[in-house]
Parts: sequence; C-alpha cells; structure tokens
Amino acid sequence: MSTELIDAGLAARVVARALSAGGEFAEVFAERRSGLTMTIDESRVESVQSGAEEGAGVRVIGDGTTYFAHVDGLDPDDLERAASEVAGALRGAHTEPRALQAAAVSPQPIEQRPEDVPAERKAALLRELDERGRGEGGEVAQLRASYGEARREVTVANSDGLLTGDDRTRVRIGAHAVARRGERAETGSETLGGHRGFELFDDDPGAIAAGAARTALTLLDAGAAPTGSMPVVVGGGFGGVLFHEMTGHGLEADHVQKGASVYAGRLGETVAQPLLSAYDDGRLPGEWGSDAIDDEGTATQKTLLIEDGRLSSYLYDRLRAERDGVPSTGNGRRESFRHLPIPRMTNTYIAPGEDTPQAMIGEVKRGFYAVSFGGGQVDPATGDFVFGVSEGYLIEGGKVTRPCRGATLVGNCRDALAAIDAVGDDFWMKTGICGKGGQHVPVGTGQGHVRIGSMTVGGTEL
Amino acid sequence: MNTRPAEGAIGLDLASRAVEAAVAVGAGAAEAYAGEATTREARVYGGAVESLTAASQRGVGVRAWIGTRVGYGFGTDLSPDGIGEIAARAVGAARVADEDEFAGPPESAGKMPELAGLSDPSVGEWPTARIVELALAVESSALKADPRVVAVSQAVYFDSSDRVAIASSTGMAGEFEASSCYAYLQALAEGEGSRETGLGFGLARGPAGLDPAAIGREGAGRATEMIGASKPDSRSCPVVFDPTVAASFVGVIGGAVGADAVQRGRSPLAGRLGEEVASEAFVLHDDGLVPEGIASSPLDGEGVARRRTALIETGRLKTYLHDTYTARREGASSTGNADRRGYRTQPSVSASNLVVAPGSAGFEELLRDARDGVYITDVTGLHSGVNPVSGVFSVGASGRLIRDGELAEPVREFTIASDLVSMLRAVQAAGAASRWVPFGGSVSTPCLLIAEMAVSGS
Repeated sequence: MSTELIDAGLAARVVARALSAGGEFAEVFAERRSGLTMTIDESRVESVQSGAEEGAGVRVIGDGTTYFAHVDGLDPDDLERAASEVAGALRGAHTEPRALQAAAVSPQPIEQRPEDVPAERKAALLRELDERGRGEGGEVAQLRASYGEARREVTVANSDGLLTGDDRTRVRIGAHAVARRGERAETGSETLGGHRGFELFDDDPGAIAAGAARTALTLLDAGAAPTGSMPVVVGGGFGGVLFHEMTGHGLEADHVQKGASVYAGRLGETVAQPLLSAYDDGRLPGEWGSDAIDDEGTATQKTLLIEDGRLSSYLYDRLRAERDGVPSTGNGRRESFRHLPIPRMTNTYIAPGEDTPQAMIGEVKRGFYAVSFGGGQVDPATGDFVFGVSEGYLIEGGKVTRPCRGATLVGNCRDALAAIDAVGDDFWMKTGICGKGGQHVPVGTGQGHVRIGSMTVGGTEL
Repeated sequence: MNTRPAEGAIGLDLASRAVEAAVAVGAGAAEAYAGEATTREARVYGGAVESLTAASQRGVGVRAWIGTRVGYGFGTDLSPDGIGEIAARAVGAARVADEDEFAGPPESAGKMPELAGLSDPSVGEWPTARIVELALAVESSALKADPRVVAVSQAVYFDSSDRVAIASSTGMAGEFEASSCYAYLQALAEGEGSRETGLGFGLARGPAGLDPAAIGREGAGRATEMIGASKPDSRSCPVVFDPTVAASFVGVIGGAVGADAVQRGRSPLAGRLGEEVASEAFVLHDDGLVPEGIASSPLDGEGVARRRTALIETGRLKTYLHDTYTARREGASSTGNADRRGYRTQPSVSASNLVVAPGSAGFEELLRDARDGVYITDVTGLHSGVNPVSGVFSVGASGRLIRDGELAEPVREFTIASDLVSMLRAVQAAGAASRWVPFGGSVSTPCLLIAEMAVSGS
C-alpha cells in the first residue's frame, strides 16, 4: 500500500481501545473519498461538483451484537473517542488484540488517473455525448448526460492483526434521451463505467448517447404491451439485473441466516435447469463492481453460485461467514465509512451458454423480448419480484415484430429461475448501482440473452 | 452511545468564513451551507440487539458564482486550510460550467418564519438502553399480534439531531435545529403454504412520539392479511389506495410539479398551469411549515423562507414549485423549495411536505362506493415503472379484492397501469383520515378512491 490513511500505531490504539471492555472482534475502517461530477443538459454543462471527505468507522462485535460508531474526519482524538463510545456499550473485561501485520494488496491498475485529466476535457466529453445523442434525429427533444469520477482510499485494521488497504478509482458516464412526437414522449438510457481511469473513454464514448437516443426514438413507434403468461427472452448485459434481483439478493447470507430468503437451506438443491451456471466475481479486471479487497479487508474472489442448475454457495461477509463456520467470500461491502459492512454482490452474472439469440427467439411463437429494464424490486423473503421494462418488443412467429411500451415483468423468482430454458453464447457486462438497507454500492451485472419459458407480462393491453 | 462533537463547530460563523474564502479565491458571489448531524440507530432481531450505531457527521458545502457560471465544492475538513480547499473546489468547478444567465444567489430571503416544535427533547434525553427497549417492543408486538407471524426479519429504530447554518455574500444568514426519528419492522407470516412480509412504521420528532405496539401490529397485520393471496383476473375496475400507496404516487406528482422538471420538458404536467389536471376531490399542497412534517424547516436549502403553497385545487394546477434559479427562468418568485440532503449536495427543486386534503368519507364508505374493485396496500417498482416524462405507469401491486363494498380475499403478483393525469382525474373521493408516510418524500394523505384503473393479473 502506498497510502495509509492512518498509521499502524494509531490503528492499533483504536482497535485496542475498542476492545477495552470486551468483545470478540474489533475493526477500524478509515476512508478518504474524493470525486467530481458534472452534467450536460439543454446543451449546457452544469452541476459541476467537486468534493472530498474523510472519516472512519469503528466496530466491535461481542455476543452477537455489533457496536458501531463513525466520525467525519481522521483526527486521532475523534477516532479514539469513537473507539471509547463502542467500548462504553460493553461491560466485560478487556480483550487483547493481535499485533497488526501489514498485508500487501495490489489495487486494480489505473492507466490514466481521472484527477490528472483537465476538467475541460470532461466537459468536452459531455458535449460530445450531447451532439451524438441529438444527432440521431430531430425527434430527440432532450439529451442529458453525466460524468462522474470517484476515488476511495481505504485502510482496514482489525483485532485479528490484519492491516490492509485499497485504492479504488471508478469513472462512469451516462446518457438519458427523451424523444417526442406530438403528445408522445419516450425515454432511453445507457451507461458506461468501470473500475478504471479516464482511458475507459478512449473508444467511442459517444456511442452510449447515440444508443440512448435510438431507444427513445424506437419507442415512439411502440404500441401497447401484451398481457398474460408467455415466453420472455431477456437481453444480455443489463438484462442480468433480473438475475441480480431475483436470485442474487436471496443468496446474500444475511437474508439466508434469518430465513428471509427462498434459498435458505437449499444448498446443493436443483434451483435451475442444468444449462445454467452463475458467478459472483469481485476480481474481474476493470469491472465496475470489482475491488482488490472487500470493505473488511478480505481479498475478493470468484464464487460459483449455481453450478449446472444446483445451488452451490451463498455470499458472505465476515460476520455471517463465522456464523456458518465458513470463510468469507469477500462480499463484505459498505457504501462508506458511515455504514456497516453487509453481504453484497460485486459483479454477478449468468455464465455464457450455447444458444444463439436468433435461435432462442426463433423458437417463440408469441412472446416478449425484454431488452432493458428501468429497474426492479424483489422481496427476498417471498421471492416476489417486479421489473419495469424500459425497452421491450413483441415476438410473433419467431420474429421480433414491434416495440411495446409500459410493460412490467411480475413473478416469483423460484419459478422464473427454474423456467430459464435457454442461455445465450453472447455475453457482456453492464454497470449498476444496487441499493440495500439504505446503502448504495456499484455492482456489475451480466449475461448473454436468456429465455424464460413462461412468465407474467403485465402490459397496457387488456 | 453518542459521538456528538464539541459544541460550536457548526454555525453561522463557519458558514460566513467559507463564503469569505470563496470570494477571496475569485468567486463573484458565494453561499455556504454548514451542516451537522448526530444520529443513533438500533437494530434488533430475535429479541436481541443486532447492532447499535452512534455517529456524527459535519461538513460544509459552498456554491460559488463567477459571473453567470456556478460550481459546487464540499468537504469534511473544517480547518482554515480545509475551508480554503472547499472554496477552491467550488470556484474551480464554476470555471468549468457553461454560462447560464439565470444563475445567481437568492437576493432576499423574506422574513424567517417562527417555527416551533422541530426539536423534541426526548431524542437527547432517551438513553441508548431506552431506544433499544423501543425497538424490542416493536418486534415483540408483531410476534404477539398473530400466531402466524413466524419472525421479524428486522426491527429498526433511528434518530437524528440536525443543525444547519446558511450564509451568503448577498446577505443571507440563518440557522436552525431539528430532530427526527423513525422505527419500522418487516414481519414474516406463514400459512396456507405461502409466506408473506409486512411493513409497519412510525415517524416522529422524537422517540416519545412513537407507538411501538402500533408499529408492530401494523407489520403483523400487513403480513397476515396477505396469506393465501392469489392473482386477480385482469380487468378495468375501481381501486382504493391505502395511504402508503397514495403517498408513493403523490411523491411522483411532487416531482412532476417541480419547475426544474417542467422547464426541461421532463414532466407530464409541463405546460398545464391553470388546466384541469385532477378531479375536485384531489387537493394538494406543499407545506414546508407544518410541524408534524419531517421536511419542515424555517428556511429552505438556499436560505429562502419556507411556506405553504397550493399545488392542485378545484381540480386545477395552481403553480409549480420553484427555487431561486427556476423562478428567475420564468420571472416568478421562489416558493422556498430549494431542497438539499446535507452539505454533500447542492440545492435543487423538490417538494417539502406534500399534503393531500382529507375528504369526508370513512374507510367503509370508500369501499362501498368502490363496490367491486381492488384495495391496493402495496406497490413496487414505482421508480422504474413510471415514465417521468409522459406519466404513463405500470407498477406491481398487492392488496385485497373489494366485493360488494367489502374487503375480500388477498391478491398479489398483478400490475396496475394508467397515467398520472388520468389517475388524478379519476379520483372519486378522498378518505377522512390522513397519515404521514415517509415514502415519496414526506407525505400526508388519506386513502384515495380511483374510479377506474387497469389491473393486469391472470
């Protein structure tokens, strides 16, 4: 680690003080966050915002209870005060932490540090997105695009003697287009991001604005969406948000251990057809959801979640792993030093299969093709989910025939996962921001085209 | 536990120094927002404490104008050097922004209103042990309410004491304090081979204002009443929204009346000022001064006095919500709706508290008037399911059938679809009893009877 936010001596003092009234485990998580965001709207660069924050969170775990305090700033007095606060909630005898041993970490490499790129170039990038989007046609009424860069330097030290850290840089652009024809207005969105530097934008970043505009234009011709149960072909990339929501969250060990997951107690059972395998991989180079370590200092890893249709692993942070007597899978993530780590996905995807998108659509007599989602929600305890389709088409006689608007996919994840009967050989990843328990973290979702044999489409057609 | 920092750090003095720092490094005008929050949270599970959190946050955000360019900088380092860096970030950001002839700080705040009741002493007075007891009481009340409640996946108590100071180079200066708290739980019920979840919640200015038993009972009731739910038949029929569902939709309407969305052509209510957009049964105000509303404050996020604004009355759209910038764009006055979520975000137009006027109908009367329809108790996917430009929506829903004017069997896994203006015009009646709901912002609303809506089930 080149940068340590707090020195080993202070880290050791804070950990020791946190354990001064007992507890099995203590940790200090220090963080420096800095970033720049800007927007172009009405062809004007605006909302330029630059910030830097520092702070730390201290936690102690004793008898199954987590005591947590966090402070803004890295003043040693404030950190020790936070440690005293958590210790003050315990009533036991002092616990001796292990001596800290620095662990080497290789952060994801960044070629061109975004903070070294002049802000004017970022503004120029937004102007390029604006022009590309508007250039798609006269019916593109509005184009809004955003640029964001963020750096998170973190240091973690705990009573097991771990002292480690990471230096994370992410960049992301997004484009949102509105197309109008008379009273009708339709929208399209695209994003491009990664755990990368400014080099991510070397290769035609304007394509995302053009794509967003084309989606909005296409939807101007959209008719009512069909209603009822039918085969649904889900697009690749961001289509993976369906798997993320309907299955991924149910594999997070906090839900599982509370019985608030339809996958609780089902390890080793068949939950999907043999053609489906899925992973969570926090190490994918340059991907949006990747980090060298999780926010508890555990190295990230590639975890096989579903192997040929059988459930093979849950996703663990340190606390939940200890409860199940297994190692952490490196999924203990936190939005910032102001939050407690909980099990979270990193980059989650359905592995490529053997079908082609053409073949899987060609086999459908009447069905729905969901290319992209506006978002979705699932209740992990019941498995009920709902997804708003932002770009969808009708499939008739094995062909994609016309765009549909206002469609929603509604169902239960156990049934839907088991109903996946084709997985495409085309594969790509997209970026997302996942919210859980009030914490938002960057996640990657991915897959090739996937077909669900039967699913409820809630349309606008009666 | 308590991590309250030394007194006196956050106030007008600090905000004024940040303004001066920005002017010193090239800002023609500047504004600073200094904010501090002390928060506590208790999470319980299975009769034991899962986690206890104590936290303090403080920081400064600066808006700097150079001519008609504006930029924003923020940070947590409140030393003189740190303030200087925050100011420099804001000025640097302003240099990158394009010119905007309407950009500029508010010129006058109006008289700062007297607003009592924003802080409840019980937030500071209740020790940690007592808030833990409250959270445990929420959980146990749900478990005791009905034998079919098998678990509570989470019961949470949270409180916050906030202090805000705003100063500008144009002479704005104001500060205030407020407290708030909430508790909620998610109950799990099982029966008839199905498993259901139910949310119960309460919010207040301090823990003394919460009723833990009622919160637990609500979660238990919502979970158990869904046991045995099936898919309803697809049809077009009357629906009754419970206050949580009504609030979610009102929140979307609150976004659509924001002048920023309107001016940028991203609102289904753009260009409809003075037009009939709702039935006369639907009356909506934005009220930044009602003490029960969590969003109330004497000043908005740029120091302009909060007020009460009629949005929809006698079915007509009366006004849009403005901050200083959107008001200048059309020669209007700010309605005191510059919102900000702390020092990390710059102000933008947003509703404060949205208040739907109660009607005269009791709940039974609404059901009788609906006769055959669906009582909707939960909607999901509102963020993805509403097209914010056209107002067309299709969202997932669950609730109970209404048969012969009475509640009948539970239904789930269906969608309801319409567009916002059609829905508002179809509001047939508002219930007599309102409730504060933290969904869709801060909303007070009764049940709403909608004469017709498309329901897609099987």
